[in-house]
Amino acid sequence: MSAAEVVAAAMFVGVLAYALFGGADFGSGFYDMTAGSGRRAAELRTLIDHSIGPVWEANHVWLIYILVMWWTAFPIAFAAATTTLFIPMMLALGGIVLRGAGFAFRKYAETYQQARLYGAIFAGSSVITPFFLGAVVGAIASGRVPAGGYGDPFKSWINPTSVVGGCLAVTTCAFLAGVFLTADAARGDRPDLAEQLRVRTLAVGMVTGLIVFVGLYPILDDASTLSHGLLDRVSPLLVVAALAGAVTLVEIYRRRYRLARVLAVGAVGAVVTGWGVGQYPWLLVDQLTIDNAAGASATLTGLLVVVGLAVVLIGPAFAYLLWLTQTERWSRT
Amino acid sequence: MVLGEAVTTLASVDRPPGLLPAREQMAVSLGFHIILSCFGVAFPAMIFVMHRRGIVANDPTALRLAKRWSKAAAVLFAIGAVSGTVLSFEMGLLWPGLMGRFGDVLGLPFAFEGLSFFTEAIFLGIYLFGWGRMPPRLHLAMLVPMAVSGVVGTFCVVAVNSWMNAPTGFRVRGGRITDIDPWAAMFNPLAWMHFLHMWFGAFMLVGLAVSSVYATGLLRGGDEAANRLGFMVPFTFGSVASVLQPIVGHVLGLQVGNAQPAKLAAFELAMDTESGPAPLRLGGFLTDGAVRWDLTAPRVGSIIARGSFDAPIPGLDTVPRSDWPPVNITHWSFQVMVGIGTLLAATAALFWIARWLGKDPLENRWYLRFAVLAGPLAVVCLEAGWIATEVGRQPWTVWHVLRTVDAASWSSAIWWSYIGVLVVYLGMAVGGFVVLRSMVRRWRAGDEDLPSPYGPSVADTTPAEPELAR
Repeated sequence: MSAAEVVAAAMFVGVLAYALFGGADFGSGFYDMTAGSGRRAAELRTLIDHSIGPVWEANHVWLIYILVMWWTAFPIAFAAATTTLFIPMMLALGGIVLRGAGFAFRKYAETYQQARLYGAIFAGSSVITPFFLGAVVGAIASGRVPAGGYGDPFKSWINPTSVVGGCLAVTTCAFLAGVFLTADAARGDRPDLAEQLRVRTLAVGMVTGLIVFVGLYPILDDASTLSHGLLDRVSPLLVVAALAGAVTLVEIYRRRYRLARVLAVGAVGAVVTGWGVGQYPWLLVDQLTIDNAAGASATLTGLLVVVGLAVVLIGPAFAYLLWLTQTERWSRT
Repeated sequence: MVLGEAVTTLASVDRPPGLLPAREQMAVSLGFHIILSCFGVAFPAMIFVMHRRGIVANDPTALRLAKRWSKAAAVLFAIGAVSGTVLSFEMGLLWPGLMGRFGDVLGLPFAFEGLSFFTEAIFLGIYLFGWGRMPPRLHLAMLVPMAVSGVVGTFCVVAVNSWMNAPTGFRVRGGRITDIDPWAAMFNPLAWMHFLHMWFGAFMLVGLAVSSVYATGLLRGGDEAANRLGFMVPFTFGSVASVLQPIVGHVLGLQVGNAQPAKLAAFELAMDTESGPAPLRLGGFLTDGAVRWDLTAPRVGSIIARGSFDAPIPGLDTVPRSDWPPVNITHWSFQVMVGIGTLLAATAALFWIARWLGKDPLENRWYLRFAVLAGPLAVVCLEAGWIATEVGRQPWTVWHVLRTVDAASWSSAIWWSYIGVLVVYLGMAVGGFVVLRSMVRRWRAGDEDLPSPYGPSVADTTPAEPELAR
């Protein structure tokens, strides 16, 4: 494995973490948006505040980590993506800003009216933003980002693979959020709330599974290099994703949420990893391989230092944060 | 020579259509984020002092203020996190010519900054939600990594900016960037003073802005002890930074003068290189090639800008016309920064001299009125300083290596994204202002907890819910 591949793997760990942890934060917007009004809605929104409040900023930094690794290790590929995918990236950015600001403002809003406005902004942008990020992935994975940059500003991200990527991102986020929120509600002694979330999560989970596997067909047709990789190497991962996803739903149906959390993370993680393995060794599919895209070797070495520090410093701190928020004591409001 | 080659190899032929909106969008989003990033850098240290006093000296007022500050920090840091993300994306969306060519030269400090931002975000999450859920001293300790990562993060981000002003760690050979040494780029010669300048600037801004809130409280009356404490802790940080800042700024100015003579000439509005000592020009405009309406003080320019009684300041006549920065903006923003900075340093010193003489400036309503104003003034000062250094670097993105026209994106959508940024940031500024102001108002009215207005307890106690009443 070359230094560039190690750095790319470390970057992909960031992608995976963002998809799982950041994804669960985005997905909670779906339940916030569909909560309705009244006492039950207030309980659900308070639960969402409580669940993602302590973690969303840290989870969000995974995105920053991906960006800085990308432009530092693979500068040409980064410029190629930003010049081609200007529009979806800008739209995703808008969503990220609205969602973060809306979430923070809502918690301290003075009146119900203001809180409702901020809440609608938070929830709406949380649901939409993952679509654009998924569309960016679809563009890269289907070979629509030319190495020289400035690819088609629209067709690069409005195409079958990007649409599947976007829908997959939206639904996996909602699925993960549903599992985590249901578990949080059950752990916080809110059986009614947990029951309400459980039903929605089951529905979201089935739609997600459907999109993952039905979505494979347009991808097989549209993205030949990716689909070759998927059929060639990824089949075991897809089996893992299907099994883990199905067992997650069974566990949620049987109200055993602790294990469901781990399984849901495993299922979505397998799908995301499948994409990464499927397009290896390309960084920009059909355009630049990881090794061809790599920048200066001294810089790659520097980034390995950064990755080492991240493992030593960020890893335990992040685990501590997750452990605190998933323990019983922190679950009580 | 490296630089000469670079000029010819990377010289521009045409202008990207999005150059103007790209520069404006960057200016708006950076100018917005920089205020919030100051809070990320300096506020944890101030909360630490306040919180520590609360639990070590068992002072309930201090503990109450620390709790309030942590809630304000939650709002400010959230806006800071998302507006910082915008900047990360914009590096590539707006400046692909910079990131594509130099990403692996300048990227390493950004990667370290990513780590420090990670640390800050993790411990912020633990700290904000740790109230009442952790042992008090462990909870207090969560602020330490936040404060430390603020320092590291400042150095890293500023190091990239100072690298753009004093590029090192690479060579340009035949149009290609070679011999890349990212560590040399990170620890470029301007980085340390530039970092100190920004770090003190952050403490000035946050210290004076937070103390100005409590100066308002002292003027209005109310809880005198809380207002005094709320003023003194941030003001102590802010005033020390204000007094030290002119020294740091002066040393940095000398370094900039050596590295970027064109920028210094624009700062000083020096058009012609004079044979002897240069005057200090206050105010003045460059119109039709001549400087008008300025006040000059002989020799002072050389003393301040060159640290010498007779060294001349190289004028813009030594710089090709195509390499001039926008002179008036650079000059005026520089002088606004120096003028306000000097005023803030003098009034901060005055505070401590008065205390030393046994007088209490907080009893003086005129001083309090000025202290209210000092917060906004510090914001203007910091913004002016950034405008001076950024506009003064033009027309270069990387000094004498990469022109801004060659760094900018050719995307035709930038006008749209710029309008979008203006609208969203205006909304975010208004929203943030309304929320923070209402928090302050509710605290003054004695409401400590600020429960969310949609919480179940609220829904219970108000049977006629707004959406049902409709």
